[in-house]
Amino acid sequence: MAAKSQKTYMLNMGPQHPSMHGVVRLVLELEGERIVDVDAEIGYLHRAFEKHAENETWNNVVPWTDRLNYVSPLINNVGYAMAVERLAGIEVPERGQYIRVIASEISRVTDHLTCIGATAMELGSLTVFLYLIKGREFLYQLVDHLTGARITTAFTRVGGVKGDLPPDFAEKFRAVAKEVRLAVAESDKLLTRNRIFMDRMEGTGKLSPADALAYGITGPFLRSTGVPYDVRRAHPYAVYGKLDFEIPVGSTGDNYDRYLCRLAEIEQSLRLIEQCLERIPDGQHSLEPKEIKYAFEIQDAGKHGDTALLAKYAAKVDQTLEGMGKDAQPGTRTADRKITLPAKESTYTNIEGLMNHFELVMWSWGVRIPPSETYFAVEGGNGELGFHLVSDGGDGPYRVRCRPPCLFPMAAMKKLLIGGQIADVIPTFGSINMIAGELDR
Amino acid sequence: MSGIRGEVREVPADSNHEELSKLRAAGYNVLVDLTCVDRLAKGAPHRFDVIYRLMRLDPATGDDLGRVEVRCAVDEAPVLRSVKDVWPAADWLEREVWDMFGVKFADRPGIKRLLMYEEFQGHALRKDYPIAKRQPLIGPKSGDKADSPSFNILKPTVTGE
Repeated sequence: MAAKSQKTYMLNMGPQHPSMHGVVRLVLELEGERIVDVDAEIGYLHRAFEKHAENETWNNVVPWTDRLNYVSPLINNVGYAMAVERLAGIEVPERGQYIRVIASEISRVTDHLTCIGATAMELGSLTVFLYLIKGREFLYQLVDHLTGARITTAFTRVGGVKGDLPPDFAEKFRAVAKEVRLAVAESDKLLTRNRIFMDRMEGTGKLSPADALAYGITGPFLRSTGVPYDVRRAHPYAVYGKLDFEIPVGSTGDNYDRYLCRLAEIEQSLRLIEQCLERIPDGQHSLEPKEIKYAFEIQDAGKHGDTALLAKYAAKVDQTLEGMGKDAQPGTRTADRKITLPAKESTYTNIEGLMNHFELVMWSWGVRIPPSETYFAVEGGNGELGFHLVSDGGDGPYRVRCRPPCLFPMAAMKKLLIGGQIADVIPTFGSINMIAGELDR
Repeated sequence: MSGIRGEVREVPADSNHEELSKLRAAGYNVLVDLTCVDRLAKGAPHRFDVIYRLMRLDPATGDDLGRVEVRCAVDEAPVLRSVKDVWPAADWLEREVWDMFGVKFADRPGIKRLLMYEEFQGHALRKDYPIAKRQPLIGPKSGDKADSPSFNILKPTVTGE
């Protein structure tokens, strides 16, 4: 025992380490360059997402979800909004569902591009990093065009999405897809048969399918071991059931397979968006109004102190008001006033919209969902992103539990690293794609 | 579409290990999630619901053959047994439940926090943990309200008034 303790020594990697993208601390016990033991310490980016969510209204949690996996914020937005809708028993119109799928798949591509790019950079290939980040930049600009923000998107609402697709979206997407495919093809040429890259990636960070399942791992990590589990296929949500896509799987479950899986998934995601843009139906992108009343009726009710009515009806405004906001409206009109926030154009230009907005955002007003509990999951960039929601009938969640997909491979660190070389930490950690925002919440 | 939450089963807390091992033997090979809900504000007989979410995954086809949500009602006393010997994924998740809710597991006496540091006082996701509470190692020691008028006035729920 004493002899052993003299042979091994401890090494701290992190919390701030240049070759680890994310704040995490690894305590390694080394024997020469061989890893004997490893302990991961997380929580450096804990921002109390779940606690905050309990103190917000249902809609106000959406911006917090951007900060979970900040490389693919749109998937988090969609996952949370769909979980709340499941709890409330409402379904978004088909156009809204297509828009959500398009948004999710854009985010999946940015997630995979970041993961591959960062891993390649840490293994010395800065060129690939620059190519892929260039591709990601085009996608971020597309996201900016769609949502108004590059990363802090807050795109979904309970009952719909923020707005319709911009008129030139399909055209812009085609140009972006060309750039992304070019970047991926260039990186593929530079990396996939690259001797140095393969030596570092092949056979390192290996995990068997049985171990991956025992550790609860999902997403590209699980698929690299050969298990074709994908939430989009196992529990099709939104319109994934109608779309055609393949699930790339690996065979050995090492870092190289994870790289190949992610690379193949980028192409599948682009294909999904193309299909969506072809098939997307016309119509409302958010919930239809249940009842429409003339604005003056609502105003009269308000004057009589019957303010509870205001949130229940969509207002049919007179021609003057309708004329004012007409040009701005079609893009962002949302309808069900009980649940969905009014379009910003409406909030700023007419009193009904303003009242409606305030009724939904003021504390103890908002959307009310009957006491119930649910679990809903979507396929995030790293695997099954689940939300367990509890409502106690109030205007906000009683409890929000986010199942962070990258926590599970992080918990399997011991299994992945012990017995390997210290140099294997970098590719293995890279292919786990730890996103501290999601891991620590 | 109803399958993603799965069937909900209540299990007595003192036999959680046996019941969950039986489910593992019945083919539930993935522990999808392990979490907890504090029922303090709702006046339930037991304060916490610890929730185990299991999935039966066919490794060959990737199909989800069924899910089950196992719920154990517990109080602060360490009654539950750890299931990390059944699913290693439970190790970190149990640490998180301890960290955030202060629910202990009988056979893990020296359990370590997962997200917070050892000097952290209290358990942050308990309903009686005020959101504006200060910690000894962080920020002003006085525990005064946050210095933001809108924060204190517009959202009384946050400051606990």
